[in-house]
Amino acid sequence: MGNTITEKILMAHTKLKEISAGQLINAKVDIALGNDITAPIAIKEFIKAQGKKVFDKSKIALVLDHFTPNKDISSAQQCKFIREFALEHKITHFYEGGQVGVEHALLPEKGIVLPGDLVIGADSHTCTYGALGAFATGVGSTDLAAVMLTGELWFKVPQSIKFVINGKLPKWVSGKDLILNIIGRIGVDGALYQAMEFTGKTISKLSMADRLSMANMAIEAGAKNGIFPPDEITTQYVESRAKRPYKFYSSDADAVYSDIIEIDASKLEPQVAFPHLPSNVKGVSKAGKVKIDQSLIGSCTNGRIEDLRIAAKIFKKRKASSNVRLIVVPATPFIYKQAMQEGLLEIFLNAGAVISPPSCGACLGGHLGILAEGERAIATTNRNFVGRMGHPKSEVYLASPAIAAASAILGRIASPEEL
Amino acid sequence: MIFQGKVWKFGDNIDTDAIIPARYLTTSEPQELAAHCMEDADPKFVTRMKAGDIIAGGENFGCGSSREHAPIAIKAAGISCVVAKSFARIFYRNAFNMGLPIFESRELFEAIQEGEEIIVDSTSGTITLASKNKTFRINPIPPFMEQLIADGGLMKHIAGK
Repeated sequence: MGNTITEKILMAHTKLKEISAGQLINAKVDIALGNDITAPIAIKEFIKAQGKKVFDKSKIALVLDHFTPNKDISSAQQCKFIREFALEHKITHFYEGGQVGVEHALLPEKGIVLPGDLVIGADSHTCTYGALGAFATGVGSTDLAAVMLTGELWFKVPQSIKFVINGKLPKWVSGKDLILNIIGRIGVDGALYQAMEFTGKTISKLSMADRLSMANMAIEAGAKNGIFPPDEITTQYVESRAKRPYKFYSSDADAVYSDIIEIDASKLEPQVAFPHLPSNVKGVSKAGKVKIDQSLIGSCTNGRIEDLRIAAKIFKKRKASSNVRLIVVPATPFIYKQAMQEGLLEIFLNAGAVISPPSCGACLGGHLGILAEGERAIATTNRNFVGRMGHPKSEVYLASPAIAAASAILGRIASPEEL
Repeated sequence: MIFQGKVWKFGDNIDTDAIIPARYLTTSEPQELAAHCMEDADPKFVTRMKAGDIIAGGENFGCGSSREHAPIAIKAAGISCVVAKSFARIFYRNAFNMGLPIFESRELFEAIQEGEEIIVDSTSGTITLASKNKTFRINPIPPFMEQLIADGGLMKHIAGK
């Protein structure tokens, strides 16, 4: 009986010779991540356990990206607490200020996470790195504390659901639309405790940016991880970034899956997730006349340069509706600079956008773009729960950068085809 | 252990943004978080609940963000335990790691109405709904999770090794 890529990566981080779904294992961790919301609790737990030294200062990433630039005194205090810890323990991958980017865009970009890695992060969207062919999963702060201390963590080996996606993607249909469609099909707990493995001819041609968007939202189907078989596209992405060896794993032909779901991508149209669940998905042509007050283009799901290029293509010589606040958030300083050099920022400014510093703030209703009572936003982010971006009576609609851009221009949820 | 209390009923997919909205995550102090527990699901919950009360959730309780602030807020508010049809996986880990007792029972949710009292006996693995003269089995937890509870959470479990 063969193994899935998820099982193989997990096994490679133990001393076991065999592994199967359902097994409880203790595994070595390659990279452990915390941010300005989750790291303070982890550090407190680390200190409470009388931790004197972290297991490996080069395997911990502390990224101050959520309530930064510091939104108030208490968030500044939290960042200060982490900074002092990071400096004391000489944490290699400590990012703040002008170095900081949205963690799940920053870590792949810097080559900190690589194919074959076992990554845990005290942030649910840690599953993003599955795009590289890594096992990456979100955990809590206490789990992070345990890893900072010992370099290991317990895992239950998940079953895997295989998604076989074939067919040419129609115009304006992206990785974001694929993953929204999948979550719409299987529901927000459709992959609970399981791995989502993405394969098929569409996937083998899909850009790394689109793969990152898809893996990012595996958690929105309840999954433990999302994973892509590494290939030539993976090599192109990581070879110039990696500063240490990495390894490609692949699923055996006779690997066991709990389910296999086939999808014809050529039949899809751009998708929109209506409030208040990411699974509440409709094709954009069935959205109806939904007026919006804000359009947010950014986040760990869709704040990469490829996303900004798509949006800029649509905004070229067009303006956002005067009724819409357009916010563009380049996910990292590098992406920001790229967008500047390519003239994208000028296009956004001419369209009437506010260009935000790299931050998670608006996506989670922290700061830099909060919604008032009754307001609606279209967002390229990953969650549309009640109150996610502000007032409990505000609404969030999830979509791709193309849809968010077209919607900003027309003042209602719309496809670029309507422009 | 035995937990006896009045039940507050919530639906499916109660996410951690509803349990503790991100706008309050500029602190990790349990009492400050407790003051806003379940605020976006039921704004009056904190003022109406009493110490020892129990939350009954539907499917996928605790989905969304990995914030451990969610089980911390529930525990610090004085909720004795959470019984749900199913739990999202990060919330499940977090609850065991930090010591909030949680139990799975599909039947309880269907049978109970908000305000009724239940007795959860984790030793015998039963939930008793006395007013309706009903008893339900709790889905057994894996032995490893039992060990985590016995050790007093993940950090103490590690310290013991």
